[in-house]
Amino acid sequence: MSRVNAVNLTDKEYLLPGNRLCPGCAVSLAYRHILKALEGQAVVTVPASCLTVLHGMYPVTSVTVPCVNTPFASTAASAAGLSAGLKALGRTDLTVVAIAGDGGTHDIGIQALSGAAERQDDFVYICYDNEGYMNTGNQRSGSSPLGTISGTTPVLGKQQHQKDVVAIMEAHRLPYVATASASYPLDLYDKVRKARSMKGLRFIHVYTPCPPGWGFPFMDTIGIGEMAVQTGWNVLYEVEEGAFRLSPASQSVAEKGGLRPVRELVALQGRFANLTEDKIQALQDWVTGRWQRYLARTGS
Amino acid sequence: MKANSKKQDASQMLDGNRAAALGAKLCRVQVVAAYPITPQTPVTEALSEIVERGELQAQYVTVESEHSAMAVCSSASLVGARTFTATSSHGLAYMHEMLHWVAGTRLPVVLACVNRAIGAPWNVLNDLQDSMSQRDTGWIQMYARNNQEILDQIIQAYRIAEKAYLPVMVCYDGYTLSHTDMPVDVPSQDAVDGFLPPYKAHTILDPTNPKNYNLVTLANPRLNAEGVLCHGYMEIRYLLQEALEKSKEAIASVGREFGDLFGRSYASLLWEDMMEGAEIAIVATGGLAMEAIVAAEMLRRDGIRAGVIGLRVFRPFPRADVLRALQGCRLAVVFDRSISYGNEGTACSETKAALYGTGTNMRVHGFIVGLGGRDVKARELAGAVKRTLSLTDRGALNSESPEWVCEI
Ligand SMILES: Cc1ncc(C[n+]2csc(CCOP(=O)(O)OP(=O)(O)O)c2C)c(N)n1
Ligand code: SF4
Repeated sequence: MSRVNAVNLTDKEYLLPGNRLCPGCAVSLAYRHILKALEGQAVVTVPASCLTVLHGMYPVTSVTVPCVNTPFASTAASAAGLSAGLKALGRTDLTVVAIAGDGGTHDIGIQALSGAAERQDDFVYICYDNEGYMNTGNQRSGSSPLGTISGTTPVLGKQQHQKDVVAIMEAHRLPYVATASASYPLDLYDKVRKARSMKGLRFIHVYTPCPPGWGFPFMDTIGIGEMAVQTGWNVLYEVEEGAFRLSPASQSVAEKGGLRPVRELVALQGRFANLTEDKIQALQDWVTGRWQRYLARTGS
Repeated sequence: MKANSKKQDASQMLDGNRAAALGAKLCRVQVVAAYPITPQTPVTEALSEIVERGELQAQYVTVESEHSAMAVCSSASLVGARTFTATSSHGLAYMHEMLHWVAGTRLPVVLACVNRAIGAPWNVLNDLQDSMSQRDTGWIQMYARNNQEILDQIIQAYRIAEKAYLPVMVCYDGYTLSHTDMPVDVPSQDAVDGFLPPYKAHTILDPTNPKNYNLVTLANPRLNAEGVLCHGYMEIRYLLQEALEKSKEAIASVGREFGDLFGRSYASLLWEDMMEGAEIAIVATGGLAMEAIVAAEMLRRDGIRAGVIGLRVFRPFPRADVLRALQGCRLAVVFDRSISYGNEGTACSETKAALYGTGTNMRVHGFIVGLGGRDVKARELAGAVKRTLSLTDRGALNSESPEWVCEI
């Protein structure tokens, strides 16, 4: 598939200017490109999350694709219902897309998601990951990293590592699993396009830095996402019918032969203000270990 | 047409679960999503078989939970498909969040609830605690006393749901109906097609006219982009209540039309037996209303003029019909197989509330019976009525604490 670039990316917008998300929110940027890739030919389902806030307050919305808001735990089941309903009515022209945060994916929604994945229901599931429950004001989630200070880990910081939801989804033998980042919107666009052209449950994970939740200035969103890739904290890849491939941004990190230290990334974020040296080392070991496993999968 | 369709009815021996599955099939449901639980399980198996054999063109989504079952029905209904699910007890409780959501979205989903006790402790037998605990979710609730009424009411449920834009729960007793064979007149597919046209959704999710459903909605009305004032949360919720109240007419008219076509009328929201000249009304819901008829006959033999009011429709609550049916009675004895813990039997409260402010001198006395499948014999019901008659103290009679028919 030919890659999109800044010149040939469609001008058409499906997300109108002006929504209620925070300035510098990566979710707006990611969603804008996701909707462009879908060209409006989609039905979207959204659970409780910051994305609900983006969708606006009745009777005003900034989103011009058909959308249903669904209870927090039910995203994947709602998508399965949209897909079954459209199939029953003989409509084959629309892509069903579920978009949920990490709380809605890793935690409360994982049962419905795993069920739909095992059934190979026909929709694209996109998890945008801001590593916490941000809509409720920043509490820990299954995706919050070790050491995170949040509303429910206020003093000691989170004591556990992140849950690797992409590995969990891959274990369901999906036709397509990919990771993306709001800092690389064209790569995200291409991945959504590719997912759209396939059948079965396609899963895309999108890294979405959150200025207030993570504690960094809102103009630094893109830079944080880029540094997450350079440190190997966020690795961009695709698994297509079981075949693993690093995406260009992570591929070039691999080719340049080294990861930047995790210390540089955590130093930029207020949520890690209390990190001890051994926690930083634990995070580094965790990131390095995972990176090695990915490299092994590429055969290099 | 009329005579024709009646003639085409074929009598079959069916248990309640097969009657429910057959009802869904005759309604040509397009999406089924259900998760097994005793005693509803055979409904899921029967429909799976019907779909896998190609006898029904439907998508059967083998969900991993009841919460997902209702989420599938909700979203499938929103794109315009006719949807069906069935559950019991813990499954219905697990759906609770989605039941509210579906009613709030005003979707015509139909659910067969095979009534079963709820834990703890575990118990798989019948009472009505499961569906009664969901009475405030905005669903229409209809109860069946036998397997014919299960089949008939499922067919009517789609007409009512799609007319009123409300979800409908058709409830029937676990085991005593779900697993008990009875003769059921099964209407022909043509006759059902004549009665129930294909579902035309009022709203469809479609990119040519994109809509955004169930956005965050403020308490107060708010202007849209064209400057038109639109409903706030409270107005939307008012409309749900109004729709429930208005659905009484739809339930009655659909029931009457069903009677004209199939010879079994459901024009009333109540079942009334021996109420003519009755002084004492036994009020009951579901299969218990059948047992109550036997009890009333016993009482009549003993010179006590008893009759039975069966609450066929529990939501919307048929206040006016109950009042009318109770005219001339001096006592209502309400038997409940569900309780609002800390208060009294579910139907007992409703009956009292229907009478409030009407100036009646009637007494209402409530019993809790038959929880967790405890057998309820007609002579126990008759005995309870007699015991009530011997009470002279008004306070004891109208007491908010119900009497329990059990060993404590
Ligand atoms: C059943 C239920 N429990 C809790 C909530 C409250 N709630 C709404 S959004 C949210 C957190 C969402 O977190 P996530 O999915 O990560 O999305 P984000 O807000 O970070 O975008 C919670 C806990 C809810 N809506 N429903
Ligand atoms: S809290 Fe974070 S994820 Fe939510 S809108 Fe603000 S920046 Fe975006």
